[in-house]
Amino acid sequence: MKRSIADWIKWTAFYAFVVVIVVISIFPFYYAILTSLKSGTAIFRINYFPVDFSFQNYATVMTGRNFVRSVINSVLVAGTTVLLALFLAVTASYALSRVRFRGRALLLVTILGVSMFPQIAVLAGLFELVRFLGIYNTPWAMVLSYTIFTLPFTVWVLTTFMRDLPIEIEEAAIIDGATPWVIITKVFMPLLWPALVTTGLLAFIGAWNEFLFALTFTISETQRTVPVAIALLSGASEQEIPWGPIMAASVIVTVPLVALVLIFQRKIVAGLTAGGVKG
Amino acid sequence: MSRFVTNASLSSAAAAAVLAVGTTAGSAADLKYVSGAVGNAVEVFRTLVEPWEAETGHTVSLVPMPASTTDQFGQYRLWLAARNSDIDIYQTDVIWAPQLADQFIDLGSHAEDLAPLHFPSIIESQTVNGKLVALPIFTDAPALYYRKDLLEKHGQPVPSTWEQLTEVAQIVQDAERADGNNDIWGFVWQGNAYEGLTCDALEWVKSFGGGQIVEPDGTISINNENAIAALELAATWPGTISPPGVLAYQEEEARGVWQTGNAVFMRNWPYAYSLGNGDDSAVKGLFDVTTLPTGGGHDTSAATLGGWNVAVSKYSENQEAAISLARYLAGPEAQKTRTLVASNLPTIIELYDDDDIAMEQPIIPRWKDVFLQAVPRPSAPTKVKYNEVSAKFWSAVHNTLSGDGTAAENLELLEFELEELKGDAW
Amino acid sequence: MRSDITRAKHHGSGGGELSLEAQRRRAAFLFLAPMILALFFVAAWPLLRTIYFSFTNTSLTNLYGGEWIGFDNYLQRRELSSGRVVWRGTLVDPAWWNAVWNTVWFSVVSVLFETVLGLMVALVLNAEFKGRGLVRAAILIPWAIPTIVSAKMWAWMLNDQFGILNDMLIKLGFIERGIAWTASIDTAMTAVLIVDIWKTTPFMALLCLAGLQMIPRDIYEAARIDGVHPFKVFWKITLPLVRPALMVAVIFRMLDALRVFDLIYVLTPNSKATKTMSVISRENLIDFDKFAYGSAQSTLLFAIIAIFVSLYIWLGKVDLSGEANR
Repeated sequence: MKRSIADWIKWTAFYAFVVVIVVISIFPFYYAILTSLKSGTAIFRINYFPVDFSFQNYATVMTGRNFVRSVINSVLVAGTTVLLALFLAVTASYALSRVRFRGRALLLVTILGVSMFPQIAVLAGLFELVRFLGIYNTPWAMVLSYTIFTLPFTVWVLTTFMRDLPIEIEEAAIIDGATPWVIITKVFMPLLWPALVTTGLLAFIGAWNEFLFALTFTISETQRTVPVAIALLSGASEQEIPWGPIMAASVIVTVPLVALVLIFQRKIVAGLTAGGVKG
Repeated sequence: MSRFVTNASLSSAAAAAVLAVGTTAGSAADLKYVSGAVGNAVEVFRTLVEPWEAETGHTVSLVPMPASTTDQFGQYRLWLAARNSDIDIYQTDVIWAPQLADQFIDLGSHAEDLAPLHFPSIIESQTVNGKLVALPIFTDAPALYYRKDLLEKHGQPVPSTWEQLTEVAQIVQDAERADGNNDIWGFVWQGNAYEGLTCDALEWVKSFGGGQIVEPDGTISINNENAIAALELAATWPGTISPPGVLAYQEEEARGVWQTGNAVFMRNWPYAYSLGNGDDSAVKGLFDVTTLPTGGGHDTSAATLGGWNVAVSKYSENQEAAISLARYLAGPEAQKTRTLVASNLPTIIELYDDDDIAMEQPIIPRWKDVFLQAVPRPSAPTKVKYNEVSAKFWSAVHNTLSGDGTAAENLELLEFELEELKGDAW
Repeated sequence: MRSDITRAKHHGSGGGELSLEAQRRRAAFLFLAPMILALFFVAAWPLLRTIYFSFTNTSLTNLYGGEWIGFDNYLQRRELSSGRVVWRGTLVDPAWWNAVWNTVWFSVVSVLFETVLGLMVALVLNAEFKGRGLVRAAILIPWAIPTIVSAKMWAWMLNDQFGILNDMLIKLGFIERGIAWTASIDTAMTAVLIVDIWKTTPFMALLCLAGLQMIPRDIYEAARIDGVHPFKVFWKITLPLVRPALMVAVIFRMLDALRVFDLIYVLTPNSKATKTMSVISRENLIDFDKFAYGSAQSTLLFAIIAIFVSLYIWLGKVDLSGEANR
C-alpha cells in the first residue's frame, strides 16, 4: 500500500512535468491560432480563449497569390536538401568514423568551419556563385546554398552516432565479404534510424524556415518558399502588419512539420532495441 | 521530383527567352519592376500599367518584396552591387535614392517637363549632385491624431504646440484615470530605436527651430539650444503621458494602443486613418487629424517626408522602355489612378485640387497642408552615409529618452561623432 | 575494440588481407569525395571572398573596385597633424566589443539552459508513457515555427500594453503595470534569452533523445535488476553514453548562438543591450556604407567562433579521431 502511494506520487509528478513541458511549448502556438481566428481591432485585445471563429484569415492566405505553390516549393526544396545532405553525409561519416586515415580530425574541424561565418557575410559571394552557375531563380539555388548549413551538421551528428556502433557487427559483415557500401546500407542504416530521422528532421526544418537565401536567390513568385511568402503578406499600407493572416499562414505551415514528426516518430524511437546488440 | 526538374529547366528557358528579347533593341521589352508588396499592390500595379503596356507594346511584371523596408533595402543593395540585370526598375524609399545614386541612371534630362509638377521638396530629396536619381510616384507624411470626444469631454483645445500637447495630454489622462479608465495614456508615438524615431525626433527638432540634423549644404547643425529644448521636452513623456514601453513602439504598437481607445493623441502616418475608422475600431468616428504641433515659440510645424519613387537601374538592358515606364508612373495620369484606386497621396501638387479625387477620397486634399510643411530627412546631403547618420541620431535620441545622459550631452557627442563620420566631405 | 579489425588484418598478413584494408581506404576516399567536393564548391568562394574583402576598401557601391589596404579595417594607426596618434578599426571599436560581450553572454547562458532543459525533456520523452508521440510532436513546435514569425509573435506577447505575458503576470499579482520587456535595456537581453531558450530547447531535446535511443535497453534492464538507484544510473550509465551526442549538439547550438541574428533582428534590432556580432556586421555590410569593415567583423566572428569551438573541443575532450575509447 505504502509503495503504491509512492508510485502514485511519482506518477503524478512525472505527468505534471509532462504537462508543464507541453504547455510551455505550445502556448505561443495556441496563441497564434487564437490570433489567426481574430480580425481587425480584436487582435490588439487579450483573450485566453477563442471569442470568435472567423476563418477569414485562412481563406485570405490560402486563396492568396501562389501561397499553395510556395508550400509545394518549400516541400521540394527542403526535401531535396535533406535527401542530398543525408546521402552525402551517410557515406562521408562512414569514412570519417570507421576508417582510419591521417588528417581525420582536421577534416572534421574544417567541415565545421564552413558553418562559422554569419549568413549575411557569405551572401554576396553565394549570389555570384549562383549567377555563375546559371541557377538563379530556380530551386537549385536554394538546395545548393542550404548545403552550407545542413551538410556540416548531418556529417558531424552521423559521424558521432556511427562511431558508437559496436565493432562486432561490422566485423561479422566483413567476414561475410560485404563491401563498404553494403555495410552502410544493409548493416548500419537500419541501426541508425533514430539518428537519421532526427538529423533529417532538424535539417528539414532548417531548410524549411530559411529566409535570407530564399529571398535573395528568387525573383518570381512561383519560385518562392514559405518564409518569403509569409514575409510577403502585407497590410493595406507599408506600416500596417497583417497579424491575422501572418498567424494563419504560420499555423498552416507548421502543420506539415507536426505531421512529419508524427509519421517518423516510430523511427525516432526504434533504435537498437530492435537489433538487441550490446555496446 | 520530376516536376521539380521541369520547373527548373522551364524557368531557365524563360530566362534565356528574356535575354534574347532584351538584346534585340527596339522590339517589345519585358521589364521587371521590383517593389515592396503592400496591400493589393500587385492588382493595383496591373491596373496602373495596362494603359502603358497597350500604348508602348512593352510588358512589365512586378517582383513583389516583403513590406519590411530594411529587408528591401538590403536586397536591392546586394542586387545592384552584383550588377544584376534581371531587374530594370526599382521602387525606392525616399531616403534610398541618394545612397544608391551611383547605380541608377540620371532621369533629369528625361523629366524636364515632369519634375516641376511635383512638390519641390520631394524632387529636391531625390536630387544628388544635380542628378535626378528617382521620380516620385506617391508620398506620405505623418499627422497628429486626436480624440475629439475626450478633448470635448474635458473641455480641452486641440493643441498647437508641443508644450500644450504635453499639458493637455496630462490633464485628460489624469481625469480619465480618475474616472476609472485605467489603461488610458496621453500620447503614443514611435520611440523604438529605428528609422521611425529619426522621423519623430526630426519633427520635434525642426518644429522647435532646431534645424534638420544636417542642413542641405552639408553643415552639421544638430547641437543647438532649440534641438536640446525639443529633446528635453520629449524626454519627459515616457512614463508620464506616454507608456514606458513607448521606447519599443513602432507604428503598429502605437496604432494598437490608439485603436483600442487607450490614447488621447497619436503621431502616425495616414494609414491609421482608415483603419481607425474601421467598423471594429473602438475609436471609429471619435477622432480627427491635424498638423503636428510646433514648439519652443517657433511658428511652423514639421512633418517628416515619406513616400516612394521609381529609379532605373544602370544595369538594365531595357533602359529606354524603363525610362518610359518611370515617366508614366510619375506622371499625372498614373498618379491620379493610384490615388483613386489605392488612396496613396499624390506628389503632383495640382492633384490635391482635383475634383474626382476630392469626391472619391475626401481625406486626401486635407493632407495638402501637412505636405507644405514636410521636411526631408538629410539623406541627400549625407549620401551613402545617411543610414549611419540616422542610426547615430536615433541612438542619441533614444539614450536621451531613456534617461541615459542629458539631451545636451548626447547631442554634443552626436555632433562630434557626425563630424568624424563626415571627414572632409560627406 | 576498433583496432581489433586492423590488428587482425596485420596478423593475418596475407596479401589478400592487406588489400582488404587498402580497399577500405579507397572506399573511404570515394565516400568522402562527393561531400568534400560539394562543400568546397559551395563554400570556398563565398568564404574566401569575405576574408579577401576584409583586407580591402570595397564598398557595396563598388563591389569589384576595392583596393588592398592590409589590416586597416582591423586596426589602423593614424598620426594626426598635431602629432597625436589615434587608433582606428574594429579591434578598437567599442561598439564591436560591446557586441562581442553581448554575443558571448547570450551564447553561454542560452546554450547552458538549453542543454540542461533539453536533456531533461529528452529523458522524459525517452520514458514509456501514453501519448508520448503527441508530446514529442508538441515539443517540436517551437523549433518548427519560422523564426521570423515566432520572433514577431513573441514581440507581440511581450508588448507592455496588449501583451499576454504582462497580462498573466498582472493577473497573478506579480507586477502592477506591464513591463516594457524589449524597450528597457535591463530586460531586453532577458526577453531575447527567454525566446531563444523556448525556441531551441527542442533542437537539443531531439538530439539528446536520439542519443538516448541509441543506448541499448538491456543496460538499463541489468541496472534495474541489480537495484541501482536511478540517479546513479543517470550519472554512471546514461550521461557517459549520451555524452558524444550531447557534445555535438552543444557544438552546433554554440555555432548558431554565436551567430544569432534573426531573433534579435526582429525583437530588439537596435538595442545596444542585445546587439550581437552578426547584427552589427550586417549593419555595416548592408545598411552602412562599410562593406569591407563588415567583412572584417564577419571574419573576426569566424575567428572567435573557431577559438570557442577549439577550446570546447579541447576542454571537453571531444573525441575527434574517435580513438580515445577504443
